[in-house]
Amino acid sequence: MTLPTVTTDEIDPTRLRWRRPRLRLGRWSAPLGIAGAAVALLWILVAIFAPLIEPHDPLAQNLAILQAPGHGTFMGTDELGRDVFSRVLSGASVTIPLSLLLVVMSVLIGAVLGSIAGFFGRWVDELIMRITDLVMAFPTVILAMVIAAALGASLLNAVLAALIVSWPSYARLTRGLVLGLRQSNYVVSGQLLGFSALKSLWRDIAPNILGPILVLASLDIGTAILLLSGLSFLGLGAKPPTAEWGSMVSDAVQNFDSWWLGLFPGLAILTVVVAFNFIGDALRDALDPKSNTLRGGGLTL
Amino acid sequence: MTSNTAVRTVPEEKSTGTVRAAHPFVRYAVRRVITSILLVIGVTLVTFVLTNLVPGDPVAAALGQRAAEDPTIVAHFRAEYGLDKPLVVQYFTYLGNLLHGNLGVSTTTHNEVSADLAQALPATLEIAIGAIVLSVIIGVVLGTVAAYRRGKVSDHVLRVVSLAGLSVPTFWLALVLYYVFYFKLHIAPGSGRLDSDFNAPHTVTGLYTVDALLAGQLDTFFDALSHLFLPVLVLTLYTVGLLTRFVRTAVLEILDQDYVRAARAKGLPTRTVIWSYVLRGASIPVLTVVGLAFGSLLSGTVLVESIFSWPGIGSYAYQAASHLDLPGIMGVGLLIGVMYLLVNLIVDLLYGILDPRVRIA
Amino acid sequence: MSILAISDLHIDLRTSDGPRPIVGGIDLVLEKGRIHGLAGESGSGKTMTALAILGLLPDSMTATGSIALTREGSTTELLGAPRQVLAGIRGRRVAMVFQDPSTSLHPQISVGRQLTDHMRHHLKVGKQDARARAIQLLERVSVPDPAGALKKFPHQFSGGQRQRIAIAVALACDPDVLLADEPTTALDVTVQAGVLQLLRGLVDDIGLSVLLVTHDLGVMSAVADEVTVMRAGVIVESAPRHQLFTAPQHEYTRSLLAALPGSTLEESPDVLVQELLGAPTGAAPSPATADAEGDE
Repeated sequence: MTLPTVTTDEIDPTRLRWRRPRLRLGRWSAPLGIAGAAVALLWILVAIFAPLIEPHDPLAQNLAILQAPGHGTFMGTDELGRDVFSRVLSGASVTIPLSLLLVVMSVLIGAVLGSIAGFFGRWVDELIMRITDLVMAFPTVILAMVIAAALGASLLNAVLAALIVSWPSYARLTRGLVLGLRQSNYVVSGQLLGFSALKSLWRDIAPNILGPILVLASLDIGTAILLLSGLSFLGLGAKPPTAEWGSMVSDAVQNFDSWWLGLFPGLAILTVVVAFNFIGDALRDALDPKSNTLRGGGLTL
Repeated sequence: MTSNTAVRTVPEEKSTGTVRAAHPFVRYAVRRVITSILLVIGVTLVTFVLTNLVPGDPVAAALGQRAAEDPTIVAHFRAEYGLDKPLVVQYFTYLGNLLHGNLGVSTTTHNEVSADLAQALPATLEIAIGAIVLSVIIGVVLGTVAAYRRGKVSDHVLRVVSLAGLSVPTFWLALVLYYVFYFKLHIAPGSGRLDSDFNAPHTVTGLYTVDALLAGQLDTFFDALSHLFLPVLVLTLYTVGLLTRFVRTAVLEILDQDYVRAARAKGLPTRTVIWSYVLRGASIPVLTVVGLAFGSLLSGTVLVESIFSWPGIGSYAYQAASHLDLPGIMGVGLLIGVMYLLVNLIVDLLYGILDPRVRIA
Repeated sequence: MSILAISDLHIDLRTSDGPRPIVGGIDLVLEKGRIHGLAGESGSGKTMTALAILGLLPDSMTATGSIALTREGSTTELLGAPRQVLAGIRGRRVAMVFQDPSTSLHPQISVGRQLTDHMRHHLKVGKQDARARAIQLLERVSVPDPAGALKKFPHQFSGGQRQRIAIAVALACDPDVLLADEPTTALDVTVQAGVLQLLRGLVDDIGLSVLLVTHDLGVMSAVADEVTVMRAGVIVESAPRHQLFTAPQHEYTRSLLAALPGSTLEESPDVLVQELLGAPTGAAPSPATADAEGDE
């Protein structure tokens, strides 16, 4: 009869002050996450190498108009004689880098503001939280639409609008996490040792909040892509003749029976977003013990 | 498609000292209403700032290029909106206008924005209500099933499917479904709320289905219903994924609670445990998600309505956005913002009814 | 007379590395009208044993062995019993009280409803009868204003009152056996004595049989008739209370006793209880009695 062993995560006071997160691999989410990573990687490569792989110039209007796929083109041509396939590939180089940029910046701004709010508390906390309340009082797309329209329709303004709308969730999350950690032993002892606020934040708190933030960010990339392409669909993002997936679908509405015009850009969005969402799901299962399926157990009544 | 991960927790009872009522629920309700009013003011502030922050001349932005070239119109505009006065005064003029229902004039339709919106709103409400009711029913059922079968194949399948559902671009889904069901299969009717040979029923609620029933016009009722099919389907598919995931998480947490185990230990039949204990416990977090889903739904209408030529505020927003009709866009933004706040207020008030810890000291 | 007999109970946890033993073969007999204490630290398997009796183990655990309930001459095997059998046992013949009454009572359901819903299911009584019976139960467990309490919600009561209500809920269908899993652990020390007195009173008055699971030996010494000590899934020692506390056989038991605050093994358990809980249990022992018992 062996004694059931109990492991505890020891915090080594001499080394980096963080708990190594326990990694659990979900039975389904892990393989799906890997598949997602493969697809995402593929699309990232497409985004980088689009100019090299596209068979035609995405802006050139020299092919036959509104040709269905198969007659020499992979995905057909649009109403101005442009190759849809090349435009889809080119669209990746527009949407994916911008979405990644959007998420990175939202995380940075949100995490910094959230940390400040959580760490310093009082009126700083109140102020920042009221601002997040205000932004979150609108549904995301609506507010982004309003801001993008006010700033003037351009891809850059769309990204800016999306950024303004996206940072609050990170601020809220970070603030919550920081508040939770602020009273913990090693943070307090650090402060007693004379750590400045910045040092405390950087050394003690930051490594421990990375996990949940990372999970939220990875699930947010898909949202960012949907938001940016949605704004372009509304005409508030990429301007013609830029090949962007959302605006391509918008153009497709006019030429309804040319099904290939709308199908492929939308499929592109779908596959990229699904890929990143699977990655995010796998990360969440790996890092968050509660959301996972523990020991394959269920509940029979 | 929302990054609004504002998870609501039942607010703590803070001793305000200012509002004293015999009933703690009244105190709670009043506090929530005051917060909502403050948020509405904040929302108007946001739209005001955005209108005036437009790079370039706000006059041109509000009136459109051509009108801005006419000095009389410009002067009148400046006077009416007090553009020569300090910003604070301008804000109060703006607020005053809002309270009178004056949202400006659309640069595309050339109607009063408030009139346009009033006409468009019922159409959106018709599909929004249909979609939210369907999504909640399906989402709660699927989410609960997934939670109960946690770890088994059906749970995983549901999780993957709902994740895929969350990943679909709504506007594309609308297009694809419209093409398949209307264009190719001829199952669904074409665009708009009614076929061309039908007239709209006498307006009582603005919801064609309800009004047709009230007027006893069954043919119109069925036609309106069939036109609802596709838009509601798209919006439902869009929201169901979100709801299933959240309900699953909420129910999982409830299943871990001691009171569920205690209920089983009492020998209560499974049906009773699920209905009276589990779902009641999950009702509050699920309600939170429904509030969030509604916001997501409103966003969805903007992306979807135009494809079905559905004359709601979504189409209006789409039109306003693509023509850079600022009064129109601001009007829609304000309306949807207020609607969302109202829904969340109702959700918060329902907490008070559902959770005795809130309504009884 | 034995009312509940556990024989060779094994409980294993299914993990990705194979089955992990939680309980490795234990035997335990609960006598009718007695309180049998099951003691041990967290992780010793005592709570799982209790859950196994009612078939409430999580799906990831498998249990083998025998758990036999004997009443009125007939014996029912509980372990692995079909659902209909368990449905008739749970709450009706064998009831359970959990550790934290603020979580084991549903915060959104009224006390009256939680007292009567299983009553009406098992006993098929009407609303009025159930209500009357609920008031009686609340009186029995000393909850003030029983009629008014029915309409209230758990959060409106103190911790001790809530646990009393939970006990009333468990007693509602007149069960033969009560499983109490750490019933006083979540309560203030000052309140614990009252709840324990209640349990003891129920056993003495109505002949209830109680399996009391706790890590707190002080609680054990206050009310248990027999004590079984578990460690890492196996039984280490089992003896009548007085014998266990005065002459522990196993060194693990000894170390547990030594860990009690202010304990010296030479003191009699009754004196120990008086010191810990401040409430006398039975007659205060005179030095003569203590010496006499110690000589057995």
